[in-house]
Amino acid sequence: MNDKPKKALSPSPAPSPAAGEYGIETLAIHAGASPEPVTGARNTPIYQTTSYVFEDVEHAADLFNLQTFGFIYSRLTNPTVAVLEERMAALEGGRAAVCAASGHAVQFLAFFTLLEPGDEFISSLNLYGGSITQFGHSFKRLGWTCHFVDPTNPENFQKALTPKCKAIFIEVLANPGGIVLDVEPIVAIAREAGIPLIVDNTMATPYLCRPMEWGADLVVHSTTKFLSGHGTSMGGALIESGKFDWARDGKFPTMTEPDPAYHGLTFYETFGDFGFTMKARTVALRDFGPAMSPANAFYTITGIESLPVRMERHVANAQKVAKFLDAHPAVDWVSYAGLKNSPYHALAKKYLPRGAGSVFTFGLKGSPKGGYEAGIRLVETVNLFSHLANVGDTRSLILHPASTTHRQLTDEQRHAAGAGPDVIRLSVGLETADDLLADLDQALG
Amino acid sequence: MSKPAAEEPLHYDDALLRRILTNAKTIAMVGASPDWVRPSNFAMKYLQRKGYRVIPVNPGHAGKDILGETTYACLRDIPDKFDMVDVFRTSDAAGAIADEAIEVAANKGAQVLWMQLGVRDDAAAERAAAAGVTVVMNRCPKIEYGRLFGELGWSGVNTGIISSKRRKPGP
Repeated sequence: MNDKPKKALSPSPAPSPAAGEYGIETLAIHAGASPEPVTGARNTPIYQTTSYVFEDVEHAADLFNLQTFGFIYSRLTNPTVAVLEERMAALEGGRAAVCAASGHAVQFLAFFTLLEPGDEFISSLNLYGGSITQFGHSFKRLGWTCHFVDPTNPENFQKALTPKCKAIFIEVLANPGGIVLDVEPIVAIAREAGIPLIVDNTMATPYLCRPMEWGADLVVHSTTKFLSGHGTSMGGALIESGKFDWARDGKFPTMTEPDPAYHGLTFYETFGDFGFTMKARTVALRDFGPAMSPANAFYTITGIESLPVRMERHVANAQKVAKFLDAHPAVDWVSYAGLKNSPYHALAKKYLPRGAGSVFTFGLKGSPKGGYEAGIRLVETVNLFSHLANVGDTRSLILHPASTTHRQLTDEQRHAAGAGPDVIRLSVGLETADDLLADLDQALG
Repeated sequence: MSKPAAEEPLHYDDALLRRILTNAKTIAMVGASPDWVRPSNFAMKYLQRKGYRVIPVNPGHAGKDILGETTYACLRDIPDKFDMVDVFRTSDAAGAIADEAIEVAANKGAQVLWMQLGVRDDAAAERAAAAGVTVVMNRCPKIEYGRLFGELGWSGVNTGIISSKRRKPGP
């Protein structure tokens, strides 16, 4: 051990703490964003530029060869987007991050960097509906097979493993709501299999849960939701922990073999613990192009600065709304892990000690058909809740999945996805809690 | 890098790394490769652009030119002084290089033995430290330079640096 080398050069007496020692509120404001060095601008400027002047021909060559750090073209890197990337990496306790135009785009970057045609992965069934479609239909056309499993029994991941499986994908706090997964046994299965665990942490945000602290290797976000937080800006982030050994048993040649797309450069060997991020950026983002705009990065950075205080209020309001609905005579059931009667309450206390998020579902009384009619009536009668397909806005949102986002599915598929005819999804916002209760009360009649 | 060392993680204060990278001007790079896609060549070229003189050491290429510098077979053969030895070899080879660095340290002015990302030999580090040589292991000077002096964050890497100070990139 040589933690404290004898000093031929002595360190300065009072080193500032490493970012890992700062609180999440501090990181949400400061990580990645020192003052702009030339002008002193304190807030992060919007670098609304496509491209960057090279110092000379040699500098240009070094940049194109990835031999130096710097900017070429905003499809790859942009100084405003870079601030958001470093901030996301810091908030999740990861090594590095790459942002893209949406959560769906970063999922594509992650799997394109992991998989070859013919490869497989396992995913929880309890996912955002758009991810189920992306994995089950569009990825299939690229030769990638997703095996969906019921995640409430972690053994199902073990049973679904095949030699071609290269990843496990879950949402710890699942959309549309109420379900919390037991992460630790799933991490153990991924470790044993030598494959990364990917967590979509959109619904929890790093304020409520930091999946890497439980052993996740990659985290993805739709930054469109609570992170940007105001319903203004699309975006996604992919964060790597830096702890996964890509070379362990030859499963990830895209990381460990010379890459013909870069003159035979080997990403893991060259960039080490941020090699996955470099590969996702300089191959997948470069060649498929779903770059995040600098303006969207700016709005998202600004949103994140208030993430901790917003999340506190989101979960406090959600808890009040869930309790109110649970006691309402027109309501059949409420699926919110913050309620003591939820089967996921204990898991929520363990993995989401600051609150079980602010998106959840509930069912209206009546036969399934009656529930469907009542659901339509409810979304049309509320006055504060906005009827739209998003979550994580300052505004409270309401959706009747059976008549909207899940309309194209069969009855069976709707039930499996937690979107039966009687199901209503809420994303509880930051309005006065009593006003939200009154609005639901008048609409439930 | 090859497999990261399995021992408990190493911690080096940013202030120490800053001072090493600010004070060193000439670096002897053991294992420097003439092949431009090799990580050692990347690091050498980057450090040259940042104003360091990097002297390549590689017995298989002794006498040949790498990035404008003459390559030497071993540290002893280098005619000029150098401040730091950067070990771009496997952990197995690091001990012998460390011993050679200790042997020539006083004569050549070398104060720092730096082992690359993935390279670690705790026993060799103890010997070097006992001889008054500062040791850094399992780190890359290119990455640490970029991290400490404002460039690494451009690639979305978590630099761990929080500061409200207005600072131009560079030491």
